[in-house]
Amino acid sequence: MSVTTVEQSPAYADPHHLRAADHPGPAPKRIVTGFGFWIFLLSDIVMFSCFFASFAVLSGGTAGGPGGAELFDIRNVAIETALLLLSSFTCGMASIAAERHNALWFQIAMAVTGLLGAGFLLLEIREFADLVGRGDGPSRSAFLSAFFTLVGCHGLHVAAGILWLLTMMAQVVAKGFRADIERRILCFALFWHALDIIWVAVFSVVYLLGSAT
Amino acid sequence: MSDHAQDFGGFDDRGDLAPGEQQHGDLRSRILFYLAGLGLAVLLTATSFFIAGTHLVWQPSIPVALIVLAIAQMGVHLVFFLHITTGPDNTNNVLALAFGLLIVFLVVGGSLWIMANLNHNMMPMDQLMRMQQ
Repeated sequence: MSVTTVEQSPAYADPHHLRAADHPGPAPKRIVTGFGFWIFLLSDIVMFSCFFASFAVLSGGTAGGPGGAELFDIRNVAIETALLLLSSFTCGMASIAAERHNALWFQIAMAVTGLLGAGFLLLEIREFADLVGRGDGPSRSAFLSAFFTLVGCHGLHVAAGILWLLTMMAQVVAKGFRADIERRILCFALFWHALDIIWVAVFSVVYLLGSAT
Repeated sequence: MSDHAQDFGGFDDRGDLAPGEQQHGDLRSRILFYLAGLGLAVLLTATSFFIAGTHLVWQPSIPVALIVLAIAQMGVHLVFFLHITTGPDNTNNVLALAFGLLIVFLVVGGSLWIMANLNHNMMPMDQLMRMQQ
């Protein structure tokens, strides 16, 4: 009995005006999810910074083997960079289409993004296979161990991103633009753009600085 | 009562934006925003690749220039693709980013500093070999 009287009286229900307009309660799930994924991405970037630090420390340790200037094919790296940059742009187009619930343009933009990502991955695998085939694999020197760890870790992220991309395309077909699917698309777009940011550091520090010195 | 709660939970009532979320605008201006980002990123990337391969600039300046260009391009990606701004709706995102950057600089800078110091203080390899005999 006493419980119902408390609920009916607004003064008792909200004595400290916690539900006033400037305190609208917990943030909507879209913001909570996006922010949580942002924290994950930043910790991923911190992990990459450890790989960058070890690469920078070990880049001189070639053990008499070849250095960056002899190994890297800058033209190949330029094509990889162009592919990833364009895929970041088409990923942005996909998120605009997703917000407007335009399934056709979403699927087109995601397909282009996935193809560009797959092209990037293909070029990287070819580069790795070429290096290993010439005997300059990760076991050749500390420099090459650090190189394969750093660049390979980024490549693994791209591969995981492509799997996620295909999942999102399938989920939009199967379930449409539901609120939870839209949150996943938001997180995927964050992930894909973050990969491009890490690649900027990779091509600048590893390839361009590595072949300049 | 439940309708009331729904209103507060709605997206437009909040003063926050999720990371990666673009402020509302018409389709044309939003695509143009991405295109502007793409243009700037292409410009910075092309400059990086040009500087690394050319003999036109003073050679010792190349590493610094490459790092500056890379940081600038990361900024372009953050603003134009991830939509991180300094607006009040983005405070949480920027603070998290600032903390992440602090850790990144501590890890990279600290490692380089300590390892360079160790390298500097290490006995040259031939002397070390002689001592072990």
